[in-house]
Amino acid sequence: MIPVTYARATDTADALTRGAADGARYLGGGTNLVDLMRETIEQPTALVDVTGLPDAIEELPDGGLLIGAAARNTAVAEHRAVRTRYPVLARAIVAGASAQIRNMATVGGNLLQRTRCPYFYDHDGSRCNKREPGQGCDAVGGFDRSLAILGTSPSCAAAHPSDMCVALAALGAIVHLASADGERTVPLTDLHRLPRDHPELETVLRPGELITAVEVPPLGFAALSTYRKVRDRASYAFALVSVAAALDLDGETVRDVRIALGGVATKPWRAWRAEGMLRGQPATPDSFRAAAEAELAAARPLRGNRFKVELATRTMIAVLGELTGDQA
Amino acid sequence: MRGLVTISINGSVEQPPEDPRVSLLDYLREQLGLHGTKKGCDQGACGACTVLADGERILSCLALAVQYDGRSITTVEGLAADGALHPLQQAFIEDDGFQCGYCTPGQICSAVGMAEEVRRGVPSHVTADLSAETIELSHDELRERMSGNLCRCGAHNGIVAAITRTYASQASATGTAQ
Repeated sequence: MIPVTYARATDTADALTRGAADGARYLGGGTNLVDLMRETIEQPTALVDVTGLPDAIEELPDGGLLIGAAARNTAVAEHRAVRTRYPVLARAIVAGASAQIRNMATVGGNLLQRTRCPYFYDHDGSRCNKREPGQGCDAVGGFDRSLAILGTSPSCAAAHPSDMCVALAALGAIVHLASADGERTVPLTDLHRLPRDHPELETVLRPGELITAVEVPPLGFAALSTYRKVRDRASYAFALVSVAAALDLDGETVRDVRIALGGVATKPWRAWRAEGMLRGQPATPDSFRAAAEAELAAARPLRGNRFKVELATRTMIAVLGELTGDQA
Repeated sequence: MRGLVTISINGSVEQPPEDPRVSLLDYLREQLGLHGTKKGCDQGACGACTVLADGERILSCLALAVQYDGRSITTVEGLAADGALHPLQQAFIEDDGFQCGYCTPGQICSAVGMAEEVRRGVPSHVTADLSAETIELSHDELRERMSGNLCRCGAHNGIVAAITRTYASQASATGTAQ
C-alpha cells in the first residue's frame, strides 16, 4: 500500500510549499478525490487539505463577486447576492449532486472534478486515454450514451460533469490562481483543455498551482438568467444536457445574451457562436432555433448519443423562451 | 505532531485515526464501534452514511476522518436525548418510515440537517422564487431535498410522512406540506 501523508494548509503560502512535493494533491471536500483514491484512479502520496483557506464570498466595488475557492457549494447557492444577481449560478449549483455533497464540495474542487465517463472509472476492465495516456479508448464505440458531442477527439469524448462550471462559463467567471511563481488569472472558459491527443491534460494549471478564488464579473442582465438540466431522473443525476443562459432584451430584440452548455461537451461549453448570431436579432423561437442549430452544427455525435444534438437544441430554445416570458 | 487535535463524536472526545485514508464512515463503524451509520454504496450515491458535522449533513463515506479534526459529529446514535427518541425517530416508527431499516439512520440524519437548511432559507432545485427569504416545506420541496437518500424498499411515502409530521410546522414560511 502506498503511504499517504495528510496536512492541513494554514494559508496559501503553506499550501503551495506542501503542494510542490511529488505526488501531492490538494484536497477540498473530498467528494471526488476520495472516491477516485478508493478506486485507485488517483494515487496521491501527500494530501494537502485546503478547506481552511479563504472561503468568503466578497462583494467587489465593481459589483462583481469574489468567491474564495474553499467556499462550499451550498454557501454559494445560499448567498443572497448570488440568488438575486446571478440566479443562473444558484440554480446550477442546486441542480447538482445532493444536499449532503453540496455541503462538502468546495468551489475550487468543483472546477477540478473529473469526468464521470464509466470507462474512466472502469480501471480493471476498460482502456481509457485519460486514465492511462496512449492506452486507447473503449468508450467511443461502446456504451456512449452519456458521452460528449462537442469538443471531442478520437482520443476522448468524456463529458465534463459540472453544473456550476456551466453557469460560471456563461457568466464569464475569472479563476484566480497562485503558484510559487506568483499569482495569475485565467478565464473559466480557458481553464479546461479540449482533449485532443492528450485527454489526460484536463486544465491549464501548472504543477502545484492552486485555485484561490473565482471572480464573477458584474453583469447586470444576469438578474434575468436561469439554468435548466435534463437528466434521466428528476433529481440527483448527472446532466444529459444542461443550458445556462442570461438574456438582455431591448424591447423584443436581443441586446446581449450569454449561453453555456453542460452534459454535451468535454469542457464547460460557452456557446459563443449562438450568442454571436442572436445579438441584434428578434427574441423569437425562430431566432433561438437558428442560433442553437448553428452551435450544434459542430457536434460530432457517437452511435448512442445522437439524441443529444436535438435535445440540446430544444433545451436552448426552451430556456431562451423562458427568459423572454414564454413558459414553454 | 498528532494528538493535540480531537474529534467530537456525539459529544464524546475521540482521537482521529492515524491513517489519513480512513473515511469518517469506517472510523465510526470500525474504530469506534458505532454501527448505526450504514455503508451502502461507499461512493456517494446512496446517502446511507449521512451524518451531521456541526449540524450540517454530509456523506461520511466521502469524508476523510482526519479532515474533521476539531469538528463535532453527530450520528444517529447521538440523536436520542436522555433515553427518549428524537421526535423524528418516533415519527419514523409511527409512520412506517422503513422496511429493512438499512437506509433509515441516513434518512433521519439527513432530514435533521435538511430541516436546518430550510430554516436558513437555503434554496433547492424546485424553489420557484430564489429571492424569497423563507422556504415552504412543500411535498415537492421535501422530496427534492431528500433525493440524496435512496430507499430500495420503497418506503418513501412513510419517510415523507414522518418528516412532514415532524418538520412541516417548523418550516420557515406559511404553507404546510401535504
